[in-house]
Amino acid sequence: MNIFVIFRIAFRALARNKMRSALTMLGVVIGVAAVIAMVSIGQGAQASVQAQIASVGTNLLFVGAGSQNVGGVRSGTGATNSNTLTVDDIEAIRREIPSVAMASPTVNTRAQLVFGNQNWNTSVQGVNEQFPQIRKWVVQSGEFFTEADVRTAARVIVLGATVAENLFPGTDPVGQMVRVRELPFRVIGVMARRGQDAQGRDQDDNAMAPFTTVQKKLLAITYVQFAHVSAISPAATYTAQDQITDLLRQRHKLAPNQENDFFVRNLTDVAEAADETNRIMTYLLGSIAGVSLLVGGIGIMNIMLVSVTERTREIGIRMAVGARSSAVRTQFLIESIVLSLTGGSIGIMFGIAISLLIPKMLGWPTLISFIAIVGSVIFSAAVGIFFGYYPARKAAGLDPIDALRYE
Amino acid sequence: MQLVAETDAKIIESDAEKKSRTSNERALNEAVIKLDHIHKIYKMGDIEVHALRGISLTIHQGEFVAVMGVSGSGKSTMMNIIGCLDQPTRGTYILDDRDVSKLSKDDRADIRNQKIGFVFQGFNLLSRTSAIENVEMPMLYAGIVAAERRRRAQEALESVGLAGRETNHPNQLSGGQQQRVAIARALVNHPTIILADEPTGALDSRTSVEVMEIFQRLNRERGLTLLIVTHEHDIAEYAKRVIIFRDGKIRSDEPVLHQRDAAEELKTLPVLDDDDDDD
Repeated sequence: MNIFVIFRIAFRALARNKMRSALTMLGVVIGVAAVIAMVSIGQGAQASVQAQIASVGTNLLFVGAGSQNVGGVRSGTGATNSNTLTVDDIEAIRREIPSVAMASPTVNTRAQLVFGNQNWNTSVQGVNEQFPQIRKWVVQSGEFFTEADVRTAARVIVLGATVAENLFPGTDPVGQMVRVRELPFRVIGVMARRGQDAQGRDQDDNAMAPFTTVQKKLLAITYVQFAHVSAISPAATYTAQDQITDLLRQRHKLAPNQENDFFVRNLTDVAEAADETNRIMTYLLGSIAGVSLLVGGIGIMNIMLVSVTERTREIGIRMAVGARSSAVRTQFLIESIVLSLTGGSIGIMFGIAISLLIPKMLGWPTLISFIAIVGSVIFSAAVGIFFGYYPARKAAGLDPIDALRYE
Repeated sequence: MQLVAETDAKIIESDAEKKSRTSNERALNEAVIKLDHIHKIYKMGDIEVHALRGISLTIHQGEFVAVMGVSGSGKSTMMNIIGCLDQPTRGTYILDDRDVSKLSKDDRADIRNQKIGFVFQGFNLLSRTSAIENVEMPMLYAGIVAAERRRRAQEALESVGLAGRETNHPNQLSGGQQQRVAIARALVNHPTIILADEPTGALDSRTSVEVMEIFQRLNRERGLTLLIVTHEHDIAEYAKRVIIFRDGKIRSDEPVLHQRDAAEELKTLPVLDDDDDDD
């Protein structure tokens, strides 16, 4: 018995009852569309969080001066007066650890910036020339300071976009002189706007100068408060974290029983936590939608069972004219597979359409998942086979005499 | 062909059992069905119902047999066994020189497909399916290619006078026309025998005669072997031989002395309602 012939028989049988076939398919249509739309929303959220994290720099490690225990009094971490971290430490990290690509010593202070009759209080960060690369931040106009500026502790400054707007409304700040704590600094560049960070802080309300300049001219210190470190890859951040810890403990001559007088934070942890949350959300949305697909499958079984009872006579006729049980079983099985696969295909189209409409109508990002599409095709075929098998077996098991007599 | 058939009919009328073996070697006179001491016992819980009590029967190629009997007499059970829809509890059934009394379900399906054409009282056409597709259905299970299916279905519909009605669905056809579609379906795989279970039971008298005319014509012109079950004596008289069942046994098996001719009767019957206008 040719399988194509049975396909034809099944198609004709379905076409004979279009309304019922359409309603049966509806369950699978909705199920598949829901799975695709939900997974798209989940993946869209995941992708947008990942993009945000990537913009911060997924390779980023944050090294800070830690707490000190001076006669039983412990200072907090990152305190301005914490002097455990030196420029040499940061240099050593950069030089000696292979998984570290770049490192910038960092010192922070708040200062009043004055230009003409405008003034603005902001955070002045002392960093080195690698800072824009580490933070994946580009200069909008002008340029960033160079290694020579850092070496010579030049009085140059690069402004964040917010500072530039407030101090230089309507004029180009590049080349102008601003005063920072009464010291003149030449503005050599303005950074591109970054917007808010995850906590809603304005990332553009700051200014950057060579850390040497900030250390000597503004803070009068020799140590550094922090360091921005960039690992060679996101995966290398864990190795880098361990190696930095080992190196600094060694350099600070800490005994095994002494706690770290510094900290190393891995921003990949944060990224992964966010990623994990989204992944769980995607699974959750997907599985809720999957339940509706399952319900759709049960709907198919329901209709197929009704159909077998209703078409008992037809089955009897087919058997009387010579259909083998296997042909009847295959026919009903194919009918349910055709229902679920056709429903699945329509569902895919709806799912994609919904995924494309959601960003426009609700403003949520979506990402159409190829795996979700392939998965729902396979799943809907499986639903057809699984939920079609029992009714098909029931049909094939009928006795032709009884089936012909059935009213 | 026609001449031979008529001669055979006479032979069968005189003495079917003996002459069939001795007269000649022609296929037209060969036994197509041989039932030998067929018993059928149904078990309904603890009660055993003896539906057939040792039926022996031979039907030859080209015979037209009417089977009669009250309900419960065993005639339906025998028809089911002859139609390979059911199996005897005891006894042998030889169809076309093959013992089919102990075949598997699938083998019986194939036998039904190849050797037996069914015509039912309630027509049993697939609804919402065109006449030609209904006729094609047995060929689907015989694995015949599409073009050949179409050609043979067309031919079968023409032979029952339904040319031009191919695309009509059963609900667009009158009862007589539906029964003719069913006959076309029974013919289409060139079966050894056609089994008709009260084929006129749901038809008015003129349409009944029309259907019997088709059966008589197929029997006469093609030498087709026919076995029909009927309650009505006047329908049985269109056949050549009448077998009457009672209590699971054959009570009488006699030739019809004056076979009615449906074609002749149709000429004199008034046309009351043209069933072509039913749709």
